[in-house]
Amino acid sequence: MQKQLVRCTINGKETETYVDVRASLTDMLRNEYKLTSVKKGCEVGECGACTVIIDGECYNSCIYLAIWADGKNIRTLESLLGPNGELSDIQQAFIDEGAVQCGFCTPGFIMTALEILESGREYTREELRKQLAGHLCRCTGYENIYKAVEKTLKKRKAQSANK
Amino acid sequence: MSVGKSVPRVDAFDKVTGRAKYTDDLIEKGALIAKVLHSTIANGIVVKMDISEASAIPGVVKIITCFDVPDIPFATAGHPWALEKSHQDVADRHLLNRRVRLYGDDIAAVIAEDEVAASRALRAIKVEYEQYPHVLSPEAAMAEGASQLHKDYPKNILAHTSFEDGDFDSAILEEGLIKIEGTYETPMVQHCHIELPISYAYMEAGRIVVVSATQIPHITRRVVAQALGLPWGKIRVIKPYLGGGFGNRQDVLYEPLNAYLSQQVGGRLVKLELTREETFYATRVRHAMKFHLTSYVRPNGRIVARKCTVLSNQGAYASHGHSVTSKSMTVFRQLYNDEKAKKIEGYTVYTNMPSAGAMRAYGVPQAIFAVESHAEDIITRLNLDPIRFRQMNMMPVGYHDPFSKNVNYFDSFNQCMEKGMEYIGWNEKRALYKNQKGPVRRGIGMSLSWYNTGVWPISLEISSCRMLINEDGSLQMQLGETEIGQGADTAFSQMAAETLGVRFADVHIISTQDTDTTPFGLGAYGSRQTYVAGFAIKQTALILKQKILKYAEKLEHKMACDMDIVSGNIVLKSNGTVLRSLAALAEEAAYSMEHAEHLTAESTYQCKSNAYSFGCSFAEVEVDIPLGKVKILDIINVHDCGQLINPQLAEAQVHGGMSMSIGYGLGEQMLFDEKTGRLLNDNLLDYKLGTLLDHPHLEAQFVENYEPSSAYGTKGLGEPPAIPCASAIRNAVLNATGVAVNTIPLTPHRLFPAFKDAGLI
Repeated sequence: MQKQLVRCTINGKETETYVDVRASLTDMLRNEYKLTSVKKGCEVGECGACTVIIDGECYNSCIYLAIWADGKNIRTLESLLGPNGELSDIQQAFIDEGAVQCGFCTPGFIMTALEILESGREYTREELRKQLAGHLCRCTGYENIYKAVEKTLKKRKAQSANK
Repeated sequence: MSVGKSVPRVDAFDKVTGRAKYTDDLIEKGALIAKVLHSTIANGIVVKMDISEASAIPGVVKIITCFDVPDIPFATAGHPWALEKSHQDVADRHLLNRRVRLYGDDIAAVIAEDEVAASRALRAIKVEYEQYPHVLSPEAAMAEGASQLHKDYPKNILAHTSFEDGDFDSAILEEGLIKIEGTYETPMVQHCHIELPISYAYMEAGRIVVVSATQIPHITRRVVAQALGLPWGKIRVIKPYLGGGFGNRQDVLYEPLNAYLSQQVGGRLVKLELTREETFYATRVRHAMKFHLTSYVRPNGRIVARKCTVLSNQGAYASHGHSVTSKSMTVFRQLYNDEKAKKIEGYTVYTNMPSAGAMRAYGVPQAIFAVESHAEDIITRLNLDPIRFRQMNMMPVGYHDPFSKNVNYFDSFNQCMEKGMEYIGWNEKRALYKNQKGPVRRGIGMSLSWYNTGVWPISLEISSCRMLINEDGSLQMQLGETEIGQGADTAFSQMAAETLGVRFADVHIISTQDTDTTPFGLGAYGSRQTYVAGFAIKQTALILKQKILKYAEKLEHKMACDMDIVSGNIVLKSNGTVLRSLAALAEEAAYSMEHAEHLTAESTYQCKSNAYSFGCSFAEVEVDIPLGKVKILDIINVHDCGQLINPQLAEAQVHGGMSMSIGYGLGEQMLFDEKTGRLLNDNLLDYKLGTLLDHPHLEAQFVENYEPSSAYGTKGLGEPPAIPCASAIRNAVLNATGVAVNTIPLTPHRLFPAFKDAGLI
């Protein structure tokens, strides 16, 4: 088994570890760093449950080699909680809108929502739906997930307008 | 008051922070990895297997083949054990099978130090087969000379049952009846829960512990023990948070093999996780069914008699088997009340396909598609009003089922239809969409939905609950009934808070079931849990309340019967005066030097009732005829599931069911290579699970008739939403185009030729 050193920033912390060159980023995050919010639903980039943000952009970490993460800045759902355990607005919206059921697709969805929220741009309904279409959910029919993201977008927009 | 409020889920915080632990999140590092070798023929026998090369691969610990496993056939269906032998599930599979019955049957297992070694070993195992011709449809399987899959089942018929109400042959002699016939077909589909099937097993204190993503921990314990030939108490099953089930995990999947593999390596920790591809063919699917319906109707639309034959594709192993077909057949008895007679027969037939088991609504989505499509065909043929037709024929108010003892107490169907019609603008749009021309047309359609709540009187219905008061007055609760994503833990907590009189926030439910410590329960299936567990929760809470008030007697010098618990306080019933907080009482009870007492209660309730759960769906579609494409413009489900325990969760449950039913009607199907019997679309790219872009707004509404037989007035909602959308959409397409398509899903591949045949293209 060939191993390689991967140095990267994970959730704001500089890390390094040796990983199997064949391992996926999902494997590295789950096995080496116990970041178990990163879920495995297909391991071939179909379901979106393993989505993480790499240098500001969402990726399916299951089809992203761990060694590619070298030098990158990676964020997982674990990074969203505030220092005193406060939920971020998007997490709270998922609770308020009843967007959570089995919860398995939730972390990935929230990461994509975060990318959308942080993009600073405006989205039409269709654009927003398309942005979220890379995730599969079998419990919710997406109804409340969409609502949670849309409401948070509007809320952030209103907040920035008030500033 | 807690019941009836949209309180947030008890597990929501952990789930939005990624803290909720699912099976794979709990496993210790260093587990051995097991992988299953699946057959590459659909029908035959494994003659020889050469594992020498595979065993030599570094990291391979042990290889077990179908020649090594004990000769113990076992059944996998997640039913309560039946004491009566004739009611027991069919035991027709081994841990690994020499006799191969589907492309992908389990023929060997590799245990290795890591996944790579296990996968390499799978590829290095050499298998020699003796191959037989395979049969993929019930018709082919029943044909003369077809290969027989299981020795005790000639013509591959797992079961054949029938019933007749009234005298069909004489009923159809009535003069002036119009005979209308139709054949309706539904596809094989998969549950597609996002968490993959996974378990891990190890031995501790001479027993096997299996941690598994299951809906049915106590039943799994029994089946694992049976499959391994061990006493049931030698197995311990633990069920963590679950990433969806939808019935697939109301079957015992690979837990027995996993337990066996751990046993074979001296009880070391072995993990067995399937890939998505394996999940499609090697777990369970929904039965594909074919219905042939013949109705005899008066010109005014009154059904006088109906006849139906159901052919159900069981696949390779019995799993839930004919129980599912039987439930389909019940729809014919219950939804429409034929004036004189009905005659139904059903066949469940083994084929060389993936095994069909329980999937959300257990045979009823299939039957409702057939019955409600056929209803619309009658309506179209006789130029009737769809609502009037249904009102004339549907189960009447006051109907009493002699078998289940269910009563249709309320005018639920009409109340549901009224809401649906109003939302969708039924009358206006039926008028508007008449006489359309051109390539793009709109239509509107509807379907009724019928279901039961739980499985009584076919099977046992029982639930147990354990409660204890912590020293701060908060409540700890355990149930055998499982949280699988639907929100059961939250609903249970609301019920407990309601009856005991404590704040919702002070109810701590233990989500994980562990058969060593969790009271006995049956698990998540049959839309049973809020109904059946409701009894156990109410009963246990009342026992506990009595104990608390008895204790309060000593402290307050008031009679227990004159006191109550309200919002976490002991109060005087007569004027509501707060005597002391439950917290103060609990602390006293725990540590009193005079009279310390551990305030607990545990009880079991055997439920011997059932309740109808009614509903309907209305859909408005736009059909692009040349493209064969259907777009849903609007869709609503209305359900009467009695009192809503948590309206927001109930609504979310309906959304998910509608989504599944829309997929059933428009996109989902498992496709097979006729030549080999191999599944062609065993992945989430080729199996068309709807994304957000494929979904319209899903409108969910309710009629709340308090169910008289229920502890909290509630009844089944888990499965019913997944029933009526496919038929409503099909009927809307018929309304738009005049073309009745009797096979779902309504894909362009199917619609284009249908429109062409009808002369629209």
